[in-house]
Amino acid sequence: MIKYILRRLLITLITVLGAMTILFIIIQFLPGDPATVLLGPRATPEIIKKFRTQMWLDKPIYLQLARFIINILKGDLGTDVLNYMPVSKLVINALPHTIVLAFSSIFIASVIGIPLGTYSAAYRNSLLDRITGLISISMITIPSFLAGILFLLIFAVYFDWFPAMGSGEPGDILSQLWHLILPSLSLALGWIGYIARIMRASVLEEMTEDYVRTAKAKGLKEYVVVFKHILRGALIPVIAVIGVGFGNLLGGAVLVEIIFHRQGLGFLIFNAIQSRNYPIVQGGLIIAVLLYSLANLVADLSYGIIDPRVRSE
Amino acid sequence: MIKKLIKKYKKSNIKRVFSDPLGKIGFILILFVLFVAIFAPLIAPYEPSSIDVFNRLTGPSSQHLFGTDNLGRDILSRLVFGSRIVLFVSISTISFGIILAIFFGIMAGYSSERVGNTLLIVFDIIKSFPALLFAMTIIAMTGPNLWMLIVIIGITRFPAYARLIRAQTLRVKEKEFVTAALAIGASTMSIMFKHILPNVIGPIFIQAAMDIPVVITFEATLSFVGLGVPPPTPSWGTIIRTGYSYIRTAPWMVIFGSIALILATLSFTLFGEALRDNLDPRLRQNKV
Repeated sequence: MIKYILRRLLITLITVLGAMTILFIIIQFLPGDPATVLLGPRATPEIIKKFRTQMWLDKPIYLQLARFIINILKGDLGTDVLNYMPVSKLVINALPHTIVLAFSSIFIASVIGIPLGTYSAAYRNSLLDRITGLISISMITIPSFLAGILFLLIFAVYFDWFPAMGSGEPGDILSQLWHLILPSLSLALGWIGYIARIMRASVLEEMTEDYVRTAKAKGLKEYVVVFKHILRGALIPVIAVIGVGFGNLLGGAVLVEIIFHRQGLGFLIFNAIQSRNYPIVQGGLIIAVLLYSLANLVADLSYGIIDPRVRSE
Repeated sequence: MIKKLIKKYKKSNIKRVFSDPLGKIGFILILFVLFVAIFAPLIAPYEPSSIDVFNRLTGPSSQHLFGTDNLGRDILSRLVFGSRIVLFVSISTISFGIILAIFFGIMAGYSSERVGNTLLIVFDIIKSFPALLFAMTIIAMTGPNLWMLIVIIGITRFPAYARLIRAQTLRVKEKEFVTAALAIGASTMSIMFKHILPNVIGPIFIQAAMDIPVVITFEATLSFVGLGVPPPTPSWGTIIRTGYSYIRTAPWMVIFGSIALILATLSFTLFGEALRDNLDPRLRQNKV
């Protein structure tokens, strides 16, 4: 187990450092001098010269890389080139929006997907089960950006029930929740199908366990068996899958944020790409990679604890 | 006799794929997409990029079945030609991924344990990158480019196949025919690619079929944010992107673009799952 944890930690560390190095290399390969690129077209020669010494651009490349990584570890993600704001502050402001979106989607997906999957398993091969199966696959195949656009079209443009843009008035919880509904539904859609299918498979497997048969033989009521014996075991794979998929969820969140103009991390990065504000792109990506790696690490570790077979791999 | 039995068994397996109702629907839809892509010039009523400013943003009508876009281009024709881009990108991406996977996967399985473990860690690292964000950044900095797109998506997809090939290689490399080849002095390269490769490649195709919808979605997503197939090539993602900017006044672009995209991904998903369920029980564990 300790070996497994160490291996996971090492991989996470290498991933994060590797990502930083790749970002650094990409910046190096950008057409033009990094100083000109990072400062934008309005920079005067004096500013560029000052910037070059400030950023160690006149030092050897491995020192630049070391400085780059050390600065990140110190929490300094550089300065945005249009408004001269520290990037770390921009990222910290955007981050809660993304995290709230991610968690509310997972919540919606679980609340709908788990009962759906359980129900399908209980009435296996019935018409309802087949319909649910088809709907689940369809939900999984619809990419979240498409779900976002279609929800926007139906519920915000056509019916005008929900707001189309923004993340709500700051400080007004109700308005923020109101603005959260469509984005988190769009992001949750694929996950509902995903969770329903895993839940169905795992309930079916659980139903053949000896202790379930024993419980039934004891004459326990049907719902007691379902809730106390079957569901408990069946939920484990679902939890593991949610953890493993959390990273992909962040990727989907970027698109949903773009579509609904939510001021989250994805929207920040996307706007920075559009305006060629590279320090923000760089800083935002680093935080995204960190979050992603962290989620993967937690999921892998919990998976290893739940399922001993994983550890030996 | 045994050969005949094996043949019969294999045949019944293939048959099972097509007797699976969802698999059948998927297969018919794939044939439909292929048909549209191959005969695109005959099916499309207009040139996909012919601009008609007098008919911009007109709704569905008998002249333009699916309406026109902001430059007066016929949406139906653009969708029809877009199917070619979808198939081209997904097939070349997956082929590129499989080639990488064959090389590194067999290497990881056949080389020493140290090399194998190092490669496994490399696969894990690539897998744990947020692929979409990275692709967006790299393409934003280099400019939209079809080949770059294929290379990036291919690299992000290959570790899954490579792991599969490695596992198969580990199983095969102790077999007699490999020992025999070693005994008659075959080179490492020849053992890896002539003797091991044909025996490990099978399961990859099922995994690849399952991955086609993922790649289609990836391309459409990048095109949607303006970082995919460069204009004026009619990509479905680009059509949806234009539709998004006119969503209040001309919703048909988004509607028909989405239908095309969902149809294509759904068809490959249904068929891929039927393939997996009926041909490869080992993969069934990763169901979903």
